[in-house]
Amino acid sequence: MFAATELNNGNRRTQTLIKVLLLTMTLLLIVPVLIILTMLIVKGGPVLSFEFLFSDPKDEMTAGGIFPALMGTVWLVSVALLASVPLGVAAAIYLSEYAGDNWFTRTINLAIINLAGVPSIVHALFGVGAFVLFFKFGTSILAASLTLAVMTLPVVIVATRESLQAVPQAFREACWNMGATRWQTIRRVVLPNSISGILTGVILEVSRTAGETAPIMFTGAVIFMPFLPEGVGDQTMAMSLHLYAMATQVPLPEHATNLPYGVALVLIGMVLAMNAVSIGFRVWLRGKKKW
Amino acid sequence: MDNATSLQADLAVRTRDLNLWYGTFQALFDVDLDIKQGIITSLIGPSGCGKSTFLRAINRINERLGYVRTTGTIDVCGHNILDESVELVQVRKQIGMVFQRPNPLPLSIRDNVLCGHRLHTPKGERVSREDHDDIVEEVLKQVLLWDAVKDILKRPAISLSLEQQQKLCIARLLPVKPTLLLMDEPCSALDPAATAAVEELIWELKGKFTIVIVTHNMAQARRASDECIFMLMGKVVEHGPTDQTFVTPQHKETADYIEGRYG
Repeated sequence: MFAATELNNGNRRTQTLIKVLLLTMTLLLIVPVLIILTMLIVKGGPVLSFEFLFSDPKDEMTAGGIFPALMGTVWLVSVALLASVPLGVAAAIYLSEYAGDNWFTRTINLAIINLAGVPSIVHALFGVGAFVLFFKFGTSILAASLTLAVMTLPVVIVATRESLQAVPQAFREACWNMGATRWQTIRRVVLPNSISGILTGVILEVSRTAGETAPIMFTGAVIFMPFLPEGVGDQTMAMSLHLYAMATQVPLPEHATNLPYGVALVLIGMVLAMNAVSIGFRVWLRGKKKW
Repeated sequence: MDNATSLQADLAVRTRDLNLWYGTFQALFDVDLDIKQGIITSLIGPSGCGKSTFLRAINRINERLGYVRTTGTIDVCGHNILDESVELVQVRKQIGMVFQRPNPLPLSIRDNVLCGHRLHTPKGERVSREDHDDIVEEVLKQVLLWDAVKDILKRPAISLSLEQQQKLCIARLLPVKPTLLLMDEPCSALDPAATAAVEELIWELKGKFTIVIVTHNMAQARRASDECIFMLMGKVVEHGPTDQTFVTPQHKETADYIEGRYG
């Protein structure tokens, strides 16, 4: 009575087949990641040393270290964050907590979405036009960072707005009903409960900014400058551009062909470390959450 | 003082020609109500009859929706709260609101009790720890919660049971000394035992505050209120002492609703 029929068996075979197929596809996904990481570690690992990280490049970049590029990236990312975080968080708070749903906010939302879709090379050209030429910042850290900031703004805004909106509406109502103003509600209840999401978004943004090449190429980063920048008006080297240059622009002698892998390994290490910090932070704050 | 003004002084809420629209949909039609001070008034009626809307109009929380338009007057303690000169924060301070689902803030029990008080403390004025402690103890005793939580005041409010959370939400309103408490189905998220406990509390608070309570629960309206207002399709059908309304309703609609012929 309960024996399997031919139809049942057929269906079960199909079911198993599909499951295996889907699993294979999923495994294929992580193959590139594994290959990249393995290759970087195998080829770039031996290059890494204290000296590699903390000395200047020499012999036309075929030897020496990456310190100016490393510090340049730190400069670029920091200044970009200083510009994009206050602006993005403020805009997100306005859009999420104050603005009503009308044509004005809908237009702004549309603009944000479009801004997120602009290719980075277009941002680069915008940066040249706006910051380098129009505002006369010249090719400098300031111009490059502002270009990066414009590029990362949509992500900061969206991440912030999402974490603000994850705060239950009931908390706001509770506050309003005790006579709190909007700002009191935001400061005492909404922000403390969304700060983890906002910071996570910001940190993830850092890792993205660190790897961008196109936007800084024409606006402030240079291929070779074997000393550290002293202010936002200087040009600088950067990890991403350094990698590009090493891989395509510099004829590397036999003994130095692994250098670009070393640079890539450090860059990806920075990005992964940032992401790890962000994840750890999120876990820690979630543990502290009281609802 | 003539008769009319002395009568008015007994009124916590007095509305005249109150009409309210959500966009183009009219939710309240010429509502004229006199809600007496110091007693419990229940608002009953089928879903969508406007009872919650009316409640929410009294502390103007409807307005944040943006597309709400109100005409007429709502006098609370003799002052029209729809007047232009009215400061909304003061309205909300006088009129506390309790919601269907308990909504404690994600803070400790103690901080939940004090948050309203802190909001209304003038900038720069320091309130000593002892004063805060006294406030916490006083209001938690008032809502019959002190014995249960006095040793766990630092715990997150969310760790309390729903019944305790709802009591805490009521306690939170008291430090700023409101005159009117609005309750929007305060027991609908609670089990029968918790409902009984919260009703007991509502009786306890009677006299100290004017209480207006919206409820879907006929038995609750009957047990827990002095006066009863029956609404239908945005209009007030009947308003009178609860016993009378339930025993000898004046209108056929009221009788039908109370007997459960529709709802």
